[in-house]
Amino acid sequence: MAASIGVEQGAPAQADIVLRLDGITKRFGPLVANNAISFTLRRGEVIALLGENGAGKTTLMNILFGHYVADEGTVEAFGKPLPPGDPRAALDAGIGMVHQHFTLAENMTVLENIALGTQSPWSLRLDRAAARRRIEKLSADFGLTVHPDATVATLSVGERQRVEILKALYRDARILILDEPTAVLTPAETDALFRTLKLLVAQGLSIIFISHKLNEVMAVSDCVLVLRSGTLAGERTTATTNRAELAALMVGQEVSSPPVSAPRTGPVVFELKNVSTARQGTTTRLDGLSLALRAGEITGLAGVSGNGQSALASLISGTLQPASGEMVIGGSAAGNWSPRAALASGIGRIPEDRHAVGTIGDMSITENVISERYATPRFSRHGFLDWKAARAFAEEIIRDYDVKAPSPEARIRLLSGGNMQKLILGRALDSEPAVILANQPTRGLDVGAVAFVHRRLLEARDRGAAILLISEDLEEILALSDRILVMSKGQLSSPSKRGERSIRELGELMAGHGEVNDAA
Amino acid sequence: MEQALEILFTASFWVAAIRIASPLIFATMGELICERAGVLNLGIEGIMTAGAFAGWFTVYSGGDLWTGVAVAALAGAMFGLLHATLTVPLGLSQHVVGIGVTLLATSLTYFTYRLALPQVTTPPKIEPFQPLPIPGLSKIPVLGEALFTQTPLTYLAFVTVAVVAWMLYRTPIGLAVRAAGENPSAVEAQGISVTGLRMGAVMVGSALMAVGGAFLTMSAFNSFFFEMINGRGWICIALVVFGSWRPGKALLGAILFAAFDAYQIRLQQISGGVVPYQVFLMMPYALSILALILVARRATYPKALMIPYQKGER
Repeated sequence: MAASIGVEQGAPAQADIVLRLDGITKRFGPLVANNAISFTLRRGEVIALLGENGAGKTTLMNILFGHYVADEGTVEAFGKPLPPGDPRAALDAGIGMVHQHFTLAENMTVLENIALGTQSPWSLRLDRAAARRRIEKLSADFGLTVHPDATVATLSVGERQRVEILKALYRDARILILDEPTAVLTPAETDALFRTLKLLVAQGLSIIFISHKLNEVMAVSDCVLVLRSGTLAGERTTATTNRAELAALMVGQEVSSPPVSAPRTGPVVFELKNVSTARQGTTTRLDGLSLALRAGEITGLAGVSGNGQSALASLISGTLQPASGEMVIGGSAAGNWSPRAALASGIGRIPEDRHAVGTIGDMSITENVISERYATPRFSRHGFLDWKAARAFAEEIIRDYDVKAPSPEARIRLLSGGNMQKLILGRALDSEPAVILANQPTRGLDVGAVAFVHRRLLEARDRGAAILLISEDLEEILALSDRILVMSKGQLSSPSKRGERSIRELGELMAGHGEVNDAA
Repeated sequence: MEQALEILFTASFWVAAIRIASPLIFATMGELICERAGVLNLGIEGIMTAGAFAGWFTVYSGGDLWTGVAVAALAGAMFGLLHATLTVPLGLSQHVVGIGVTLLATSLTYFTYRLALPQVTTPPKIEPFQPLPIPGLSKIPVLGEALFTQTPLTYLAFVTVAVVAWMLYRTPIGLAVRAAGENPSAVEAQGISVTGLRMGAVMVGSALMAVGGAFLTMSAFNSFFFEMINGRGWICIALVVFGSWRPGKALLGAILFAAFDAYQIRLQQISGGVVPYQVFLMMPYALSILALILVARRATYPKALMIPYQKGER
């Protein structure tokens, strides 16, 4: 691709090209993960690699970094061919990669993680002093504050990412690959990361930024490569494109937010009256919280995470018991509260962390979809599981919810995030629950999957479900909610109707300014 | 009762404790290295048996004592290679492979013994390592006698602890070994081969286990007989946990266990047959379990222990 455009416009000087991928093809069995992909990266350039989950972005970068071996094609770094399948060669060529799932040893210190593999394995002494000096200099130069002697386990996600970037810089990386770097970051941490990236580019580093978030791609990149099902669907200069065009390239069609009809609000079906919970670890507890959810209405709960959302979600899903106060479901007080009781009282649950809580990664799709209701007569008889019914149910969800899965027997951890979420959605919505708890239902999903989840939630609303949507994504809250509440320091704001409060007003409430009303 | 306490202040008790601890120290360090790299080596019991025989048989056949130690280490490393090949590149269950290696090494040793000495009923003795008092230090009352009138192999055991501790915490390779046991993908991402590291660690660890076994034939019992390892390998597995995977604490654990053992032998002698002797035999194990409960509850084990690493797998 001769069309890549760097920071400095003008004739592309050959010497400026730091990386050249030529005709990279990678197959996993029948699946073509990358199909003849070629591009070049120039000095001081930020290329964004945009694409939905499963479009082949990570595979491509893993080939570049030597974790995978391409079936066809070559990689050239600084004019020299890179031997395939050798991370060491990639590191030596000045390519550094910040993986989506960090590769840090948690029980070890920052310094140890960074120095790992940088000194001769046969030397009898690890030179900690030299490593510390270098780390401190790099931290200062690029605004990557982190204490060299801190144990990684004690660091926040943002700090861990800084350690990963330091690891690459410590080895004199000239090309930095960032795989979905913002997926785990708070907005403030994302801003800090972007500032660091600017400093790095100013030093002449080149960056490949993998993302499926359009606004971030627009903010940081010089040039955007769009991948769709393993092929390069388009290449655009950031300055001359727009989000709509990129979104269309990504999914292959125009995406539109689902139309929202006026709600047909029914009676209150779920109510918390002055409920308090015991403190769990460091999470914010609920203290005298009241909340009512009405049938046929989506209640959006906005707020910065860590303000009591997880306690509220645990309470509704049954994993946390109220310490005081009353919980009324469908007109009657909830008795002994447990996950089983929550399911029995018709609460559908879409948990925040689909890997840790929503699914059991090494069990099959079938086992996962019946996990909430395996003991019901539908799936078991006389204490024996009815695998035929279970499998039929799994196939039904796979079909109805458009899940891309090899078979109902596939281990669920092999699915992409979007497909996993669709299964969880199917599992939760199938029994037509009266109350639905959707906690961060679209976190980490691509545009197509987000639209799918939104449409299903609106359908559930229209059939009369009461939905509590907890999300950190304010745009999502604004798009779906009939009524918006803001949670701050364990307290709820007064409710506002659709369009009643501006983003600025909501933002102020999220920051903890303004009135609170505990009778929401 | 007074007699029972007096034992603790006799030099001979502590000399015995340190002697009993020596094979445990070698084998515990061996197991610790394997586990720090992420591989549980349950082959330990069999590897110790093989080492005990290999060392003894070398000397019996005319080799000198240090050659015997080297041959034992080599035999251990070979069984380590077998264990590592099955568990690391092939990623088989470490429990199953470990038990398999123990059974194989033990029976192969007995078989070789029977082939080499078909007619023998009483196991022949060899000339073992002799105590080597360190001038000056051995004159310190009780402590000096306990620590510095031992055989060279016991001194080597203590040196091994220092070397292992230095290696793990002060050298680049030790850092890589620890990282391989914590998060192998971190090692891979830094351009180091996890497979190479883990195989190396298991081989070195197994060599140490075999030297631990050889201590028994070359520095304690002077001959080889069946069942002589007698569960010491399993104790070392527990000692690694007791020591929270740290060499220094594991050393203390080994000495503590050995002291229990030396103590119960002496208690048996003064109890006069009132209490059945099995109770005393049981004592070190019961106390070890108690100590494990107290000490190891909050131990932070290597995160990737027992998890096979396959390159490029999600």
